Amino acid sequence: MTNTDWPLWEVFVRSRRGLSHTHAGSLHAPDAELALRNARDLYTRRGEGVSIWVIPSSAITASSPDEKDPFFEPAADKPYRHPTFYEIPEGVKHL
Amino acid sequence: MATAAAHHTAQQTGPQAYGAQSGVPDTACGTDDTAAYQRAFDAAVAADERVEPRDWMPDAYRATLVRQIAQHAHSEIIGMQPEANWITRAPSLRRKAILMAKVQDEAGHGLYLYSAAETLGTSREDLLDKLHTGRQKYSSIFNYPTLTWADVGAIGWLVDGAAITNQVPLCRCSYGPYARAMVRVCKEESFHQRQGYELLLALSRGTPEQHAMAQDAVDRWWWPSLMMFGPPDDESAHSAQSMAWKIKRHSNDELRQRFVDICVPQAESLGLTLPDPDLKWNEERGHHDFGAIDWTEFWEVLKGNGPCNEQRMTQRRRAHDEGAWVRESAAAYAAKRNDEAGAGRG
Repeated sequence: MTNTDWPLWEVFVRSRRGLSHTHAGSLHAPDAELALRNARDLYTRRGEGVSIWVIPSSAITASSPDEKDPFFEPAADKPYRHPTFYEIPEGVKHL
Repeated sequence: MATAAAHHTAQQTGPQAYGAQSGVPDTACGTDDTAAYQRAFDAAVAADERVEPRDWMPDAYRATLVRQIAQHAHSEIIGMQPEANWITRAPSLRRKAILMAKVQDEAGHGLYLYSAAETLGTSREDLLDKLHTGRQKYSSIFNYPTLTWADVGAIGWLVDGAAITNQVPLCRCSYGPYARAMVRVCKEESFHQRQGYELLLALSRGTPEQHAMAQDAVDRWWWPSLMMFGPPDDESAHSAQSMAWKIKRHSNDELRQRFVDICVPQAESLGLTLPDPDLKWNEERGHHDFGAIDWTEFWEVLKGNGPCNEQRMTQRRRAHDEGAWVRESAAAYAAKRNDEAGAGRG
């Protein structure tokens, strides 16, 4: 085997129980097991995590920045989805 | 450690590919589009927004970032050598454990930075190749030798101190992945600087011989540390443009002055002197004046004529070559496991 280029992995770390995994960075590794071990050494040397996910970068699908406006536009013209849209008389409590 | 061509993967899979880590230059646009993209980029930078990997960016902005981040990454990796030189001779188990942790951190910093550079469309393999063939640089400070144990302290206090002064503003750099890598690096550098200071303090308060060793190390590392901020502002080739792009937030001379002002009282607390007869407080400026830097030395070391340039590069290339079998074995094992998994399914 001549190709020794290791694929790129994205690393997600759960910093403590009760929080979701957050993107920490990326690294190269030949397989998932070594990606996990490398991620531990690279991103949790000071107890930054209790759980790690690694995902091949090529397996992630992203929205394109060029589509930003049209892609997210449907959310922009619906202020009635926010609680502050509604006028409530003063003095009404627990609303 | 090896190399995957994130850029190539991204190009093959097209615009649907993951964008957060793969740099895909947007090449399919006409002149009008380019002008519009340029305006959007300028507006984003002016508004202090961050530029992310798949955003359109000027070619020169991309090239500047690759050059700077690669040099930064290479510096972390080459920087492991002068300190690793003392691991086997650390004077106590405590100091040895600290030094190993520090050198491991430097490797980590290099990896964060290589990842950031790869988001711009370079590959790890290409970056390492450019380092090994001298087409990309690393910080000249690492071309000086670590002659005594006190040098480990002087590097932590002065070299890492200068690096922190440079790097803290980079946490607000306009390029998102670089800024995020720097946040992580800066958190860890603080330990590096403090362990160096503590090490020098122990020596300074020790026997007269130990005190003299600490003073000698500071005498040798002071001026090279000041050179780490780069040439004076009026001779710095890239400064003005980098500041306009908000890659750089402060000028070389401004950061150098900040570092000198920070170090003077720290040296007093150490009971050590800084080797500059012209160093004195200037009431009018509210800063310390300091002597002229020998820029001839700086340019000589940069050109490859420093005390350890040859040694550092030889060692780096040897480590890479001697690690080839590890990279090959791991890749072969992964391929074999993949084949077995494929056969199992079929």
